[in-house]
Amino acid sequence: MKFPYSETVLEHFRHPRNVGKIEDADGKSMEGSPACGDMVAVYIKVDPGTKTISDIKFESYGCASNIATGSIITELAKGKTLDEAKKITWKQASDALGGLPKIKAHCSVLAIEGLRSAITNYEERHGLVKERVSTTVAIIRNRLKKVMNPITGLDLVRTNLIKDIELKDSKARIVIDLPANHQFAPAIKEEIMEKIEPLWDLKEVAVEFAE
Amino acid sequence: MFEKRIYMDNAASTRLDERVLEAMQPYFFDTYAVATSEFAYTQGIEAREALDEARGRLGKVLNANPEELIFTSGSTESSNMALKGVALALGKKKGKHVIVSKIEDFPVLHSAQSLERQGFQVTYLSVDGEGFINMDELRDSIFDETILVSIQHANQEIGTIQNIHNISSICREKGTLFHTDATHTFGHVPLDTGKTPVDLITVSAHTLHGPKGIGGLYIRKGTPIAKWMDGGFQEFGLRAGLENIPGAVGFARAVELVTERENKRLQAMRDRIIDRILAEIPDTALNGHRQKRLPQNVNISFHYVEGESITLHLDMHGFAVSTGSACFSRSLQGSHVIYGIGGDHERAHGSIRFTLSRYNTMKDADAVVKTLAEIIGELRNISPLGKEKHGKEEKNEISI
Repeated sequence: MKFPYSETVLEHFRHPRNVGKIEDADGKSMEGSPACGDMVAVYIKVDPGTKTISDIKFESYGCASNIATGSIITELAKGKTLDEAKKITWKQASDALGGLPKIKAHCSVLAIEGLRSAITNYEERHGLVKERVSTTVAIIRNRLKKVMNPITGLDLVRTNLIKDIELKDSKARIVIDLPANHQFAPAIKEEIMEKIEPLWDLKEVAVEFAE
Repeated sequence: MFEKRIYMDNAASTRLDERVLEAMQPYFFDTYAVATSEFAYTQGIEAREALDEARGRLGKVLNANPEELIFTSGSTESSNMALKGVALALGKKKGKHVIVSKIEDFPVLHSAQSLERQGFQVTYLSVDGEGFINMDELRDSIFDETILVSIQHANQEIGTIQNIHNISSICREKGTLFHTDATHTFGHVPLDTGKTPVDLITVSAHTLHGPKGIGGLYIRKGTPIAKWMDGGFQEFGLRAGLENIPGAVGFARAVELVTERENKRLQAMRDRIIDRILAEIPDTALNGHRQKRLPQNVNISFHYVEGESITLHLDMHGFAVSTGSACFSRSLQGSHVIYGIGGDHERAHGSIRFTLSRYNTMKDADAVVKTLAEIIGELRNISPLGKEKHGKEEKNEISI
């Protein structure tokens, strides 16, 4: 009998490592939402001298691949410097888990984002980031790379679903190359809003469908 | 880790009953001729008799004439035929408007969407928090152009049983045809076509410990419906294709094996699971109506946790159940039924459906609750949601 998950994924799912909250965390993040079906919270303690992650914990609301990826990234990141930890990729996490089903890429990418956001959070709180940059079409496009196309399990940009991005007077308009009555249209729209709306200098975000 | 697998996903498929297999067996090995060869040779006559007899026995359950029931490959085909067959027959003559509920199962829902793409208008009736349609909304939605209303007898996920008598009476009074998907009620909840003015009924054997690949469509005498499976003249010229005689015989046997006593036993197990989960596991909510639900259906949402993780953990303990979580479905969409009854994403993702059968016991019911309590506890421990709440759960218990 073959599960869609590898033995390693199932092992981490059953016995996730480093679960919980760090009350006095130096950096923390929460990625995802119940809308997209998964959430990951990441907490880090950072050694101020060496800038290494001395402790890391995670919490997960999600499926097996979400829980397993949360677990594996805590193992991969522990003891690494912030710069090293930032560079951990989804591919590395996936490889360490013996592979993940394609359709589940979305759920597992969240954990990687969670780790990076927790590091950014630490850097912001410790004056390690530069000035806030103004939103550009490129920044929006970059964020859309985190929105999954459920048909393929790959992101919207890579699967050529972004027909147009317009940015004028702090208003963004994103056109998706799908009919409005497509089965995934509402879910995709909701996720785009979640990713783009928080950009600090945007007043309005509109998601439209090509047909 | 566990002694035996306990299957509680009987709305999806059921174990075949040995007595059904026994009834079917002669039609694989002895009487395997086609029924349409009745004028040519003896085996054909025997096949024809077996098919007619099965049709008669199944028709009887609905209080229908044998020629009002045609065999299909299952409920998907039956519902497709009901919607598309009526649309083909009446679309040009009467109008292009069809009414369904928002929480129909996919064969009806997607057939309606398919008609929409072909220029039909479809009204999707909303349902209340327990899954019931509103009779006034139905009445107000029927126009002269309305050719068909299709409302399920009971819901596939939350088990809510609609008042089919009232719904069909409204349709009759307003002069429109009425179809119901009775896949999950057939054998469990009576439906008498002599008393209830329903025109088309979808039924299937796979939910009743019968074989897969056989279903039926009741078509009241005189109902305009076009043939859309072309080929031979089988099934009164309405549905071409070689008759599945072992399937038909097995279907008839399967329905007869469901007893009132068994339905009561299923209901007792259902109630035990619902009562125990709601009482013993905090932050849970029943989906559907407490009483007006299928005797074999339990559907409960567990807050702060995601359904695929629950089902996978349950599987590791030997229990098979299903969930309305987006993660679980190939479409990555949360259950349209839970959204339909006004549930949010968390309610959909955390919903678990247990559907019971002849082969479940009260011991299984208790065992699943016990295991579930442990799993939910563990997953809530990992979850970033609801922490502030479930730290202080003892509070409202005893206040003397």
